[in-house]
Amino acid sequence: MRAILLVAGAAFKESVRDRVPYSMVIFAVLMMAASYLISQLTAGQDLKIIKDLGLAALSIFGLLIAVFIGIGLVSKEVEKKSVFALLTKPVTRPQFILGKYLGLVMTLIVNLAVMTVAYYLVLYYMDVMATPALRAGWPAPALDPRLLVAIVLIVAELALVTAVALLFSTFSSPLLSALLTLGLWVAGHFNNDLRRFENVLDVPALAWIARGLYYVLPNLAPFNVKAEVVYGVPVAASHVGYTLLYALVYISVLLTAATATFRRRDFK
Amino acid sequence: MAAAIETEHLTKDFPVGFWRPRPYRALDDLTLQIEAGEVFGFLGPNGAGKSTTLKLLMQLLFATRGTARILGRPVGDVSVRRRIGFLAENPYFYDYLTAEELLSYFAKLFGYRGADVTTRVSRVLDDAGLGAERRKRLRQFSKGMLQRVGLAQALINDPDVLFLDEPMSGLDPLGRRRVRDQILGLRARGCTVFFSSHILSDAEALCSRVAIVVRGRMVASGKLTDILSFGLKGWELVVANVTDEVRAELEKRARQVTPLAHGRFMVDLSPDADPPRLMHELGGRGIEVVSLNPVRDTLEDYFVQTVAAAAPRPTGGV
Repeated sequence: MRAILLVAGAAFKESVRDRVPYSMVIFAVLMMAASYLISQLTAGQDLKIIKDLGLAALSIFGLLIAVFIGIGLVSKEVEKKSVFALLTKPVTRPQFILGKYLGLVMTLIVNLAVMTVAYYLVLYYMDVMATPALRAGWPAPALDPRLLVAIVLIVAELALVTAVALLFSTFSSPLLSALLTLGLWVAGHFNNDLRRFENVLDVPALAWIARGLYYVLPNLAPFNVKAEVVYGVPVAASHVGYTLLYALVYISVLLTAATATFRRRDFK
Repeated sequence: MAAAIETEHLTKDFPVGFWRPRPYRALDDLTLQIEAGEVFGFLGPNGAGKSTTLKLLMQLLFATRGTARILGRPVGDVSVRRRIGFLAENPYFYDYLTAEELLSYFAKLFGYRGADVTTRVSRVLDDAGLGAERRKRLRQFSKGMLQRVGLAQALINDPDVLFLDEPMSGLDPLGRRRVRDQILGLRARGCTVFFSSHILSDAEALCSRVAIVVRGRMVASGKLTDILSFGLKGWELVVANVTDEVRAELEKRARQVTPLAHGRFMVDLSPDADPPRLMHELGGRGIEVVSLNPVRDTLEDYFVQTVAAAAPRPTGGV
């Protein structure tokens, strides 16, 4: 366990000092600030737009951080051969993979925490500037803590996407890994449609394939509760619990696959 | 006592080609035994299979056939890694960590804690001549400095067996001298050193034994003294105060007489020329003997001959 934590700590230190995540965080914060300006153009809908855009920014920029650092952490080490020094120390390959993954998830959490603080600052400003009449018309308070539920599920989704990126990066090039991960993220959000393919297709074989893909591909739709929290609709605790459990199981499977792939890999 | 390093029929094939990959044999049937305390030079031209062998020993590659053991245990054993150090060819580390952070990280992976980590890190950084650069990020390091960090990290655990892949690569003359001295120091404290190189003067200066690998096959191995002693090619005599009469006589007895500056001559004698007798005779005729040196096969000569004579690389047969 100590080896895993040491690898995670080094991966975290390395990735928080990289400039790429910073620029993503800055973009996200700028986007949240810009959402305030956009909200001025839409009478009565301003808070909803800020909440919506803010969560979207968190999700999208978080995704970019997860993908680009996720694919880099292993494939960059292999490509630049820094993995040679590490894997000849008393560290097993599974410890290396798990450590790298933990380090990246830690980086992701820190970056999302920064974005969340910026998000709440914008919302706080809205709250302070709003008249009581305007405030009364909001479906949910500006500083609604339920927004954190959406953010926790975004973090869980990104942790899953990171595990996907890590798996791809154990056997393919960084570019291919990025494309495959982004493709899987898109597919994951439309996964429910695959389940219903038989309703629109007459070819049973294709319907079976679609159903098979539905079970194999990650189902990311349950992680998206942005609309609910923005409108103040309660999100059931059981939904959050099951979704987090689903993420945990899926991540475990992905990391097991990544470890199995990496365990017998030759480093030329 | 088990050998420090031993390989038996170690073979590695790589698949080549995309659609119908065929095996390409990078290392063929390597059987080696290196005793504890030896400095062993693993020599060969580029692409001979030196790095492949080191990576197989480090289990960065998996053998197609054969076995390898370090300190009596299989190479995959994590407990072995506690007792070895490895420097890869052209090492590269994490851009955003400092030299001190990198070495602390590696020291902790060996289980060291607290003050022990600090002491070890300071020692290996000072030995590598990087004490002043300890807080600099590695992305600012030159190739030679990274090479020195590479050696420092390989020594952080006081290894019993040290593996170095082209350790002199990228170093300036001072850096090379420092590495040579470090290797000699390690030999003095009983550390086994296995290093690959194509810089033969380093091998000649450091190694007790060498092996030469060409196109994936070991073509020669042995003690340097054994390899080179039978290579006496002649004698090189430099003389001064030579009269025309003596010069004519020397030309009869030598393979070649070459005039040098300041009235000196270099006399190239055959191996059976009996130089002590000749010097005695010349001394009696007022001729000054400036120097006499045996001309031996250098490791470079031996290397060139061996490489030239080596058979073409076999293709993989699995």
